[in-house]
Amino acid sequence: MQSNATPIGNRHHRLWMYQAMVQSRELETRIKTIYFEGKLPVFNMAKGPIPGEMHLSVGQEPCAVGVCAHLRPSDFVTATHRPHHVAIAKGVNLRAMAAEIFGKETGLSHGLGGHMHLFDASVNFSCSGIIGEGIAPAVGAAVAMKIQGRDDIAVSFMGEGATNQGQFHEALNLASLWKAPVVFIIEDNAYGISVSKAESTSVASNADRAAAYGMPGVFVPGNDPDAIYEAAGEAVARARAGGGPTLIELETHRLEGHFVGDTVEYRPPAELESLATLDPITLFRARLEADGHDGAELNAIEAEAISLADDAIAFARNSEYPAAREAFAHVFA
Amino acid sequence: MSSPDTVEKTKSSATAPRQRRLTIARALNEAIHQEMTADASVVVLGEDLAKIGGVWSTTGGLLDAFGADRVRDTPISESGFIGAAVGMAAVGLRPIVELMFVDFFGVCMNAISSLAAKQRFFSGGQVKCPMVLMTSVGGGYSDGGQHSQCLYATFGHLPGLKVVIPSNAYDAKGMLRSAIRDDDPVVFMFHKGVHGLGWLGTVPRAATHVPEEEYYVPLGKAAVAREGTDLTFVGLGLTVHHAIDAANVLQKEGVSCEVIDLRSIAPLDRDTIRASVRKTGRLIAVDDDYMSYGVSGEVIASVCEDAGIALKATPRRLCFPDIPIPFSPALEPGLLPNGERLAALAREVLSEKRT
Ligand SMILES: Cc1ncc(C[n+]2csc(CCOP(=O)(O)OP(=O)(O)O)c2C)c(N)n1
Repeated sequence: MQSNATPIGNRHHRLWMYQAMVQSRELETRIKTIYFEGKLPVFNMAKGPIPGEMHLSVGQEPCAVGVCAHLRPSDFVTATHRPHHVAIAKGVNLRAMAAEIFGKETGLSHGLGGHMHLFDASVNFSCSGIIGEGIAPAVGAAVAMKIQGRDDIAVSFMGEGATNQGQFHEALNLASLWKAPVVFIIEDNAYGISVSKAESTSVASNADRAAAYGMPGVFVPGNDPDAIYEAAGEAVARARAGGGPTLIELETHRLEGHFVGDTVEYRPPAELESLATLDPITLFRARLEADGHDGAELNAIEAEAISLADDAIAFARNSEYPAAREAFAHVFA
Repeated sequence: MSSPDTVEKTKSSATAPRQRRLTIARALNEAIHQEMTADASVVVLGEDLAKIGGVWSTTGGLLDAFGADRVRDTPISESGFIGAAVGMAAVGLRPIVELMFVDFFGVCMNAISSLAAKQRFFSGGQVKCPMVLMTSVGGGYSDGGQHSQCLYATFGHLPGLKVVIPSNAYDAKGMLRSAIRDDDPVVFMFHKGVHGLGWLGTVPRAATHVPEEEYYVPLGKAAVAREGTDLTFVGLGLTVHHAIDAANVLQKEGVSCEVIDLRSIAPLDRDTIRASVRKTGRLIAVDDDYMSYGVSGEVIASVCEDAGIALKATPRRLCFPDIPIPFSPALEPGLLPNGERLAALAREVLSEKRT
């Protein structure tokens, strides 16, 4: 996965999407294993090479790739506490991202941010651990780029849980009022930690909420990269052409717990069992093959993703920790 | 650590109570159970509290015991449900609201600072706001700058809010029971470093004997966690344990340190602080919150404003510096106060020649 990748053409887009999905999965698989290093036998979150909380996006990769396939490095993206898949699809440097997750000097932010606070200004990517926090900044960036006469757009990713934040409603109103070139992407994985959407949200579909703000609302079922690609393509084109904001609700699946270490006891056993059949990467590969893509080509993509993930992890592991003064150097300009 | 209240209680009981060592998490859970049993107007709401019993294990078993009417999971709508709790309190309920991390309060600060904190004042005493706002504070486990803050002073600065932080399980239970019965909004902070969840690690000393029977620890009263004559450490939550660690080290060097556990920063028990420093003549305030405009400054000012206190050395403080909390495991530990750094500062204070 190259940083700043700008995919071209639909066949390429599909392969690019496959690659970015696999890339995210390969990196996260390694992160998950390493996360437990040093933490056991009595699980201690402070210990090991990757301390702190860890939220994986395993299963949600289609949301990131289907949208980011349409974006350029100059487009502005805000993601959430579950950011890895989006960061990778947006072209964030893989080595620097891994190093940040380890808290190393060579990380995106010299280890000051960590996994929930990945910033890569070179591709206009950021994320945050506060629910709903990225929505309004995306609107602001979008309006700013419009004022600057650019045809760049902003995209804000959020979980379905975030749609019940006041921020969400304020930002959507502003976006519509100001005809901001912004796309709101809701990754509906049906849970906010332990609380299901049915128990937290008064409407069945968040796409319906778009009507309250006078913008198009689109629901994409199936966690399907192709379908997401198509819906996002329309919304991105509308935004670039001055047609204002769109709200897109994506059905997706969180195949892991909320955080690594979550025992997921709040999910019905039948639902957990069905997750195994829902791996979007397996499904997408089968579809690509059915559509005539060469298995060897897909194998090569996987092999590349594996070697890039290994390389990024080795880079992170072998990097030095920041010096103590680093923390004081970035408080003020 | 056992607070003086524990000692008194144990001594004064005619029949010695069964000794149970509980973590702060377990003690808080028991306090809520008991208050909900005693008073049907006590309700619990917040994120992930009902079904999984709270990410800090404060509300386990409540849903089964008291039902979904009194124990509810909320959407991630903090302005909404904390504002709603103020409304509940206005008509006679006693809501206990948990918002996982103190760092998240930015999204609902108005509900706290303009609503909860001012109800009673604006209404000239007509409307009370008996609610408890529970939250976790503290870092030290590399959870990054949005999940590791203390923000004690941020809340202590707002008139109308009581702000309390227990350092041990005995106090935690007694203070939470007092907080639930209090007619004012109480921000009840529990520090992750003493909370007692396996996955976070904890100071073992924070798990203490916790009687099952009814008892209350008054809000707004500091405790003398350890008596001494040469120097006073003042801390709260986790830093009380750093102070005890430092005092233990210094004792071997022939220095007798007193440790004050503030327990409450609003109201602040200035009398207990002053009485201690009047005796020792030396003061170190220790705080894992940002230094400037913080609890440490308030503690030191409380002493300096008292003309009756003769200081043998300049009061000092050990705090988190005024920078956002870095993620890297190489950076955060070196910035946080601990017993060793506190003992080193104490040696400086003890060797000061006042001119
Ligand atoms: C303002 C705020 N409130 C609460 C939290 C705690 N929290 C972290 S993730 C989360 C659930 C988020 O659910 P959702 O938005 O659906 O995203 P998902 O985790 O499913 O990707 C909660 C409640 C937070 N980080 N910020």
